[in-house]
Amino acid sequence: MPQTADKVKDHISLFKEPEYTEMFSAKKAAFECRPSDEAVAAQAEYSKTWEYREKNFAREVAVINPAKACQPLGAVFAAAGFEETMPYVHGSQGCVAYFRSHLARHFKEASACVSDSMTEDAAVFGGLNNIVEGLQNAHALYKPKMIAMSTTCMAEVIGDDLSAFIAQAKEKGSIPADFPVPFAHTPSFVGSHLTGYDNMIKGILQYFWERESHKNRDPGAKINIVPGFDGYAVANNRELKRILDLMGVEYTLLSDVSEVFDTPTDGRYRMYDGGTALDDTRAAINAKATVALQKYAAEKTLDYCKENGHATASFHYPIGVAGTDTFLMAMSELSGKPIPEALEKERGRLVDAIADSQAWLHGKRVALFGDPDVVYGLTAFLLELGCEPVHCLCTNGSADWEAEMKALLASSPFGAAGQVWRGKDLWHMRSLLFTEPCDLLIGSSYGKYLEKDTGTPLVRVGFPIFDRHHHHRFPTFGYQGGLRVLVSILDRILEVADASSDISYDLTR
Amino acid sequence: MPRQIAFYGKGGIGKSTTSQNTLAALVEMDQQILIVGCDPKADSTRLILNTKMQDTVLHLAAKAGSVEDLELEDVLKIGYKGIKCTEAGGPEPGVGCAGRGVITAINFLEENGAYDDVDYVSYDVLGDVVCGGFAMPIRENKAQEIYIVMSGEMMALYAANNIAKGILKYAGSGGVRLGGLICNERQTDRELDLAESLAKKLNTQMIHFVPRNNIVQHAELRRQTVIQYAPDSQQAEEYRQLAKKIHANGGKGTIPTPISMEELEDMLLEFGIMKSDEQALAELEAKEKSLCAAG
Repeated sequence: MPQTADKVKDHISLFKEPEYTEMFSAKKAAFECRPSDEAVAAQAEYSKTWEYREKNFAREVAVINPAKACQPLGAVFAAAGFEETMPYVHGSQGCVAYFRSHLARHFKEASACVSDSMTEDAAVFGGLNNIVEGLQNAHALYKPKMIAMSTTCMAEVIGDDLSAFIAQAKEKGSIPADFPVPFAHTPSFVGSHLTGYDNMIKGILQYFWERESHKNRDPGAKINIVPGFDGYAVANNRELKRILDLMGVEYTLLSDVSEVFDTPTDGRYRMYDGGTALDDTRAAINAKATVALQKYAAEKTLDYCKENGHATASFHYPIGVAGTDTFLMAMSELSGKPIPEALEKERGRLVDAIADSQAWLHGKRVALFGDPDVVYGLTAFLLELGCEPVHCLCTNGSADWEAEMKALLASSPFGAAGQVWRGKDLWHMRSLLFTEPCDLLIGSSYGKYLEKDTGTPLVRVGFPIFDRHHHHRFPTFGYQGGLRVLVSILDRILEVADASSDISYDLTR
Repeated sequence: MPRQIAFYGKGGIGKSTTSQNTLAALVEMDQQILIVGCDPKADSTRLILNTKMQDTVLHLAAKAGSVEDLELEDVLKIGYKGIKCTEAGGPEPGVGCAGRGVITAINFLEENGAYDDVDYVSYDVLGDVVCGGFAMPIRENKAQEIYIVMSGEMMALYAANNIAKGILKYAGSGGVRLGGLICNERQTDRELDLAESLAKKLNTQMIHFVPRNNIVQHAELRRQTVIQYAPDSQQAEEYRQLAKKIHANGGKGTIPTPISMEELEDMLLEFGIMKSDEQALAELEAKEKSLCAAG
């Protein structure tokens, strides 16, 4: 049926029109050479069995839908959180299109990042010329105060040396000699976006503390905070600042994307907005302590800060009651500032809300996936709620993470049925959900296919969230954030209860 | 931070033999040493371990699925007098990317603390610096001095000059310097003079002239260094001298001044190793004449 401007069919209904359904069935009959519908259905049924699950878990080589992204994505995210900084990726263009679209689809915000477009000749002769020209162009066109460089696989395989190449570009005059170009080697075939995030934060600190000029430490009262790769950074960083301001703690957030990924529409385009001031980054060496809110997104950075004489502490994404308690008490101890009454009240309100909804939460079986610290933080929160985390899956978790997760599950009777799945992917999760079903699945938007396939209701928490808007504008950190995550979980539980009720379709829940 | 040195040179010139003998002599001077073999053949530690290293970093990483699943103990073996040995390993000839393997292996070793508690880290790197990966040991904060193993043969001289070019590329921005040339005697014409002359042209020194001695072969067949096989031999003494010179050479490396291909050829002409066109023609004519006369 032809479309007109007055009556445009929506994508969802368009393909249900007869011309499309007929075309699809004709194509299926004539070209697809598929087995019969019965055979396909039988195979699909088989893939839900324990027998298939065992074959699936014996899989050694193929990875199907890993719940992680690659190093430069994390490096670009980290770089975007500094004052007027242009993230620069030395390597091929397509990779950078992916980082930009990934961030833009999640934050619903333009994401500035440049690539020096290495092609075949650069692969043969090395990428020096690309860096010389790329730095010159990026500097002249986008007028940043800093360019933070990471790499794609291509540059890593041929072994381009960023340190030497950037120095040579400066010698050739493509940018001023004192222009800050910190860098991090971020091979995508090692680690995940968290590794890249960690490498880039460390690279930036190293630049300002060693390369630009050697800084001698003069310890002060400030505390550095490395938030980690976080899809809720926009709201969480603001919540963090609110909490620390309430306490009167002096701090520097090392990488703060809360402005650049949430710019207002007021008629002015901001390529850069907010971010950690470069002078604050220079002075961050004088902090008394550096803390990471996501332990597994800042291991190298914390080691580096420790070498520089900082006290260090790390957390597992401070969410829920105990998670927030631990964080606040540590900040209070490090800064010597007491926890104000206002925060104690917030805590009381979260506890009250949990108690109010206890009957609906108790004993709910939950599967969850995501980044290591997010999964840890959420699991701890679920245990507090009286839910039972059953499958805790993390593609990019380390052996240390696995041990910590097992200890956490063992610490609560609600964790008795909990299983930790390290290095597994979402196709493994599918088998798990069919063979040991759960009431809820918690994870990123990629969980929606599992929801449709296995019928497990999905609560969206994590990165990326592409198919629901503006979740990132509300925090998950702290007591307030806990409240929001609690409400998301409850909403889903109650929607399911309503949908499956007839005689019990009650007004009050 | 340990002192980091690297041995480079043309394939087959005796880098691995020279470096292992020198390091075995260095360990006699109470130095803690780590050898990082950067050759896919994984033969940089054979004489120290008295056996060929089986568990290379990349071999084990490929088996485990990823280098992240490795433990340092798996790839670090202790050899002669406590020398720590590790081999990057790499793909079979003709496939994959050995250069990336070197990068992966060195990063793994550094991140897992292999460089803690040693006085020396020594890299043994294959033939020519064919790609970015094999330049890894001369990047910033890696080897401070490069020692080029060479001989009086033209291709060895040519390779030495090329390696000097590679070092120059990184010397401006990083700290890498040329430590010197080690001449491994091949008994070519005027070998010592030639090595010294090239060293001068490259703005470096010929740090030691290692005489040819069959005892090296005897030791090598027994998978041993000369230091271990025949500690009292003259050859062992040569390696000890070389070790002492290298030990005293810390921080004295120079930025090399590589020469052009023409300059190199001129130098060989000057030493009478390569004949000029006129010379060659004259000789050819003389030969023909004598053949005619005989015929």
